[in-house]
Amino acid sequence: MKPFSYERVTSPAQAAAAVASQPGAKFIAGGTNLLDLMKLQIEAPAHLVDVNGIGMDTLEPTPQGGLRIGALVRNSDLAAHPRVRRDYGVLTRALVAGASGQLRNMATTGGNLLQRTRCPYFYDTNTPCNKRQPGSGCSALGGFSRQLAVIGGSAECIATHPSDMAVAMRVLDASVETVRADGATRVIPIADFHRLPGNTPHIETALQPDELITAVTLPAPVGGTHVYRKVRDRASYAFALVSVAAIVQRDGTGRVALGGVAPRPWRVEAAEAALPQGAQAVAERLLAGARPTHENAFKLPLAERTLAAALSQARS
Amino acid sequence: METNAQFPLSRRDLLIASASSAAASAVPVSAATPPDAVPSPVRAPVRLSVNGSAHDLDLDTRTTLLDALREHLHLTGTKKGCDHGQCGACTVLVDGRRVVSCLSLAVMHQGAQVTTIEGLGTPAAPHPLQTAFVQHDGYQCGYCTPGQICSAVGALDELRRGAPSHASADIVAQPMLSAEELRERMSGNLCRCGAYSNIVDAITEVAEAKA
Repeated sequence: MKPFSYERVTSPAQAAAAVASQPGAKFIAGGTNLLDLMKLQIEAPAHLVDVNGIGMDTLEPTPQGGLRIGALVRNSDLAAHPRVRRDYGVLTRALVAGASGQLRNMATTGGNLLQRTRCPYFYDTNTPCNKRQPGSGCSALGGFSRQLAVIGGSAECIATHPSDMAVAMRVLDASVETVRADGATRVIPIADFHRLPGNTPHIETALQPDELITAVTLPAPVGGTHVYRKVRDRASYAFALVSVAAIVQRDGTGRVALGGVAPRPWRVEAAEAALPQGAQAVAERLLAGARPTHENAFKLPLAERTLAAALSQARS
Repeated sequence: METNAQFPLSRRDLLIASASSAAASAVPVSAATPPDAVPSPVRAPVRLSVNGSAHDLDLDTRTTLLDALREHLHLTGTKKGCDHGQCGACTVLVDGRRVVSCLSLAVMHQGAQVTTIEGLGTPAAPHPLQTAFVQHDGYQCGYCTPGQICSAVGALDELRRGAPSHASADIVAQPMLSAEELRERMSGNLCRCGAYSNIVDAITEVAEAKA
């Protein structure tokens, strides 16, 4: 790990100002991803701003009947919250499908959205990676790509976004609230939060460097049956090969998003019109234009079958 | 000659480059590296309460909670396995909640109450889980055991508080105590000896006694 200076802050505005005023500064909350990457020198911040003392660690109802989740709410507390379990079951299901009990006690709502890919070449500093070192090349194309993206990638990067929580947030139409050093706040729809790699795979979100996530807001509950189905190499504590977040209504309409297949949670609203026709029709539209590698082409039939299983589970 | 777009150097180029870098390595590092490229370590104070005792430490900011416990407070019961949050050997309780101490900086725990395996019980007065692990042979080499036991303390507390898990059939209801639930809740603790079934038996016994 490279040496870094460290400070604690007590408000979101102070946190954003602290990061803006120090070159190479980063926010740290749970630290479960950032510290891991710092140990490998994939991340090497010169200064860390510890945001654990800024508050933003509670859940509050919104005037619109939704739920505002503070950015510092830990994944385990979010999953266990009675309102989330009752009204946003897909979110609880996605959260408890991710990481381990220990990590969920540490990881935060904001940090979960910002976690970085687990592409093996991003982690291997001896190999080229456009995300880690822009312009160096992509080792995953033609390399070990079993875990990686089948859609949404580019000729520069086929990394997947590793989060389960974000897939549920996408299907729930969540919004991300932020603050910057000058005090400016904004609300970013989750659909616009994660960027596709294009030719700048190192830029992963819509955030500016001094922009801090303060909360994630869920709209009023939409009812329906909530399912999160995750397929992975072992029964627990592994990243998704494919996952499906689904909210299915009694009349067969609903929403679906996929995890594990793209650089961001993969949802195509137009594909959802095909839900009453079944999984195959939805998967065809959802994954139209997919460009799998030789090693991860299995994800296309796996996604369709996982979707079929999720829909069948929702209707049973 | 074969070329590779991702690795534009040929094997021959690489050998030549290696030979010249071997010669260059005789040059003192300070001559090759600008001094501002090597930042100095930064120290910061932190107060931790560990197993009921307060400690004022002055640490390199890079020190993880795990290294603070082992290297500075000499509480070596907490083990370093992978040091990347993947094995659970370093699990401790911070303010009563289980965490992996390798993925947390010590300076982030100002004023926190940390409980390690040394704080759960003593050889004369072991924690019920320590006794149960011994009785059920919940280990072979023992390296993962402190992390397993601290994790089990946290997991049983989460279960009592009604926190749902991936194994819970109904996420709204109070979760059941079952082997399936315990296996899922303990999945962050790896045991390369494979004592899992006995670990589940040990935890089940303690959970049923408390219920």
